[in-house]
Parts: sequence; C-alpha cells; structure tokens
Amino acid sequence: MSVSRLARLIRQSGRIAEPAPPAPTLFAGAEVFGGSVQVRFINAGGCNDCAQEVASAFGPVYDVERYGIRLVASPRHADVLLITGAVTRNMIEPLRRTIDATPTPRFVIAVGDCAITGGVFAEGYGIAGPVSEFVDVDLSVPGNPPAPDLIVEALRRMTGR
Amino acid sequence: MIPAIAIALLQLVLFVFLSPLLIGVMRQVRARLEGRAGSGIWQPWRDVRKLVAKDPVRASDSSWMLAAGPVTLLVSSLLLCVLLPLVGTLPLPLVPSDLFVIVSIMLIGVVALALVGLDAGTAFGGMGSSRHMTVAALVEPTLLLAVYALSIPAGTSTLSLIVETRLQNPAVIISPVSLLAMVALAIAIMAETSRLPIDNPSTHLELTMLHEAMVLEASGRDLAWLELGSWLKLAALLGLLSNLILPWGVLTDFSLPGVLVGLGAVTAKILLLGVALSVGEVFLAKVRLFRVPELLAGSFALALLAVTASYLVA
Repeated sequence: MSVSRLARLIRQSGRIAEPAPPAPTLFAGAEVFGGSVQVRFINAGGCNDCAQEVASAFGPVYDVERYGIRLVASPRHADVLLITGAVTRNMIEPLRRTIDATPTPRFVIAVGDCAITGGVFAEGYGIAGPVSEFVDVDLSVPGNPPAPDLIVEALRRMTGR
Repeated sequence: MIPAIAIALLQLVLFVFLSPLLIGVMRQVRARLEGRAGSGIWQPWRDVRKLVAKDPVRASDSSWMLAAGPVTLLVSSLLLCVLLPLVGTLPLPLVPSDLFVIVSIMLIGVVALALVGLDAGTAFGGMGSSRHMTVAALVEPTLLLAVYALSIPAGTSTLSLIVETRLQNPAVIISPVSLLAMVALAIAIMAETSRLPIDNPSTHLELTMLHEAMVLEASGRDLAWLELGSWLKLAALLGLLSNLILPWGVLTDFSLPGVLVGLGAVTAKILLLGVALSVGEVFLAKVRLFRVPELLAGSFALALLAVTASYLVA
C-alpha cells in the first residue's frame, strides 16, 4: 500500500475505538499492579471462538490496551493468564508449566463456558476437565463465547482503570 | 570539572525520567494513528514500576548471567546517558565522550543482552541472540564510520567537540559529508535500538523477533532492567542524533539559564524526533530478515562514501 493511500486511510478512519464504559471495581489483590497488566493468552483446547472474542477485545474497536492491558509473548512477562477452552489431556502439563513460569502475584481468568465447565466438549474422549480442576481460577467470564465487552470488563477489574 | 560532573549527573536523572516518557509518547502516537485510544504517555512508567516490584522467576537451568546481564545492559545505557553530549557538551576529564569509548560501551550492552538470550537455553532465545549479533556486527562498523566522517571536519573524535563545532559552524551540518553520514547513522541507530524496519518492537510472533526473542525468559525485575536499558539507549541515541542535526540549545558554558535551556532543548528535540520516528514507523513494514544485511550494508556504504567525501571536499 502506498504512503499516500495509507495516509488517506488513516485520515478517513479517524478514531475507531468506541467510548470507554465506566470503570468496574478493582479486583481484590490486583492493586499491586498499579494500572499495568500484561496478559498471556492460553488456548487450553477450545474451538477458537473465545480466542476470536479475545482477539477483538484487543483490537482497535474495544481497545483494551487503553486501560493499561497488554498482550505479551511469554508467561514470564505476564501478570494475568487468560485461559479459554476445556483442558485437553495433552494440555494439562503445558498449562501447569505455564502457571509455574509466571511470576507471582498472578491471576488466572477463565474465559468461556468450556473453560469454566467443559461446555459441549465436557464428555469428549480427549477432554481432561475444566480449567479449575488443574489451576486456581480467580475470575470467570461466562458465555459461549462471551462478548468482547465482558472480557474487557474482566480485564479492567485487574487494572482498575 | 565540577560543572561537567553536574551536567553528567543531570543528564542521567533527566534520561531516567525522559526515556519511559519517550516510549509512552511514541506508543500513544502510533495508537492514535491506528484508530486506538492509546494507554496514555505514562503507561511505560507504570509498567516499569510494577516490574521492579515483582520478583523474577528464573528457569532452573539458567545461570547468574540471567541476573547480571540485565543490570549490565542498564549500566551501559546509563553510561551512554552520562557520556554523550545531550544537555551540555562539557567533556568529563577522565572519560571523554570519544567515539570509540561510546561504541565500546554500547557493545557491552549488546553482548550482555545476547548472553541473557542464550542463558536459559531456549530455542527462541538462542535464535534471537544469533540475529542480534548478526545485526550488531553490521551496525557497529557503520556507527564508527559515520561518526568518523563527522569527526574529520571537527578534527577530533570526541562527540561533544563534534557537536560544538557544528554549533559554531552550522554550514557543516548541510554539507554532503554530513548528510550522508547522518542518513547512515540514522539507519544504524534504528537497527541498534531494534526499531522498524529492522525489528518490530510490538511483535508477538517469535519467528519475527530480534530483541523480543532474547527477553522472553526474563521476568520481574530482570525484565524491568532490560526494558529500561533499551529505552535509555533509544533516548540517548535519538538525543545524539538530534544534537548532531540541530545542535542549537545545547549547553557549552556552564550557567544556570544555560542548563535550563539545555534541558528543555534536549527534551523537546528527543520528543519531536520520537514522534517523527513513530509516524514514520506506521508507514513501514519490517523487512525480511535476509534483507536486513542489505539495508545495513547500504548504510555502511553511505558511511564509507561520507568518509571518502570528507577527504575529497575538506
């Protein structure tokens, strides 16, 4: 794309982010983060619908980054782990290791019905169980899949902004 | 001697405050151009404050290097802020801001970061370190040659004296030698500080990472030092570049109004250059890794031309 076309696109689209809803209450214990939260996203075995909602929460429309929340590439950088999907048997060990690799204080958010209860996959032969069976879940976002604004609200409870 | 040390300490304090602000401004400009609201210019400060308070989790196979490397990088970047002519050009009596001293100090930080990447023994860390050293091997000669070309009209390789010469004789700034050297220096600084088009500072894809791949294993306090060290290096090198392009406002004789003007001038210049860089980056894509050497070889050729021209013209 040429520079002039890109410049025109930037001028035409202007601000895409929607106005911010009022800030939710701070999650107890999250005040240590002081308004800065790095998130590591883990798909423990979902069907990628929750992953898409998480992606749009970090996109320009919902723009969760404006509240001081950033997606990072390593659990070592993370304060919050965002887990979607029922845990498959092959993901039990990687999930536990990811939790161990995350420095404390850390919080775990389970996103979607599959992560909370197992959902439609609960009886599947490859499914080991919901996330809470393997790690301590601090916050749950129900929905199948949850709308991005619910995910945004859960993440905003971590920064309090 | 006392004023020189005072200015050096002032630069240190200023840059520790200014560098997170610079990153915040650059991220905010980029966010606005992408149609986002942006997290505010103080967000990098909040990030560092939180990271410093967190105890690091280190891999069980890692050595003392994972703890020492980040501090080494931070110290090398802090030394850059002390030595470079940013607020003022008063040379420190014992350690001059000589070209070779500056590049060597920068190289200590580069090697420390590469060792941090290798230390935990992960695949991406090693890959990042190898890429980082490849880029460093191409960048350091360009930095040396570009500043060397600038040093010929000034007759000295001390950076503060080069800046002073350009202040006294502004005609030097728009000479062909200076323009070639500045372009070469700008590309080398982009590569050195891991900006687009050589590296993408906001990537999440391990295969495209250079800088990010090396810090994947660092956490908590270690990560805070690595981040702050890289930010300080970016701010210091942008400060050097802006003082070479626009030397006005820099302090040459110690006086209180002069100090205030110097502080304001360097802050404004760095923030302006940061905004320009950030806007420019929106229009750039990262070049393919195998084309990075071509780009850097191009900048090396420009630096070489600048040196040649400086002998022919001057």
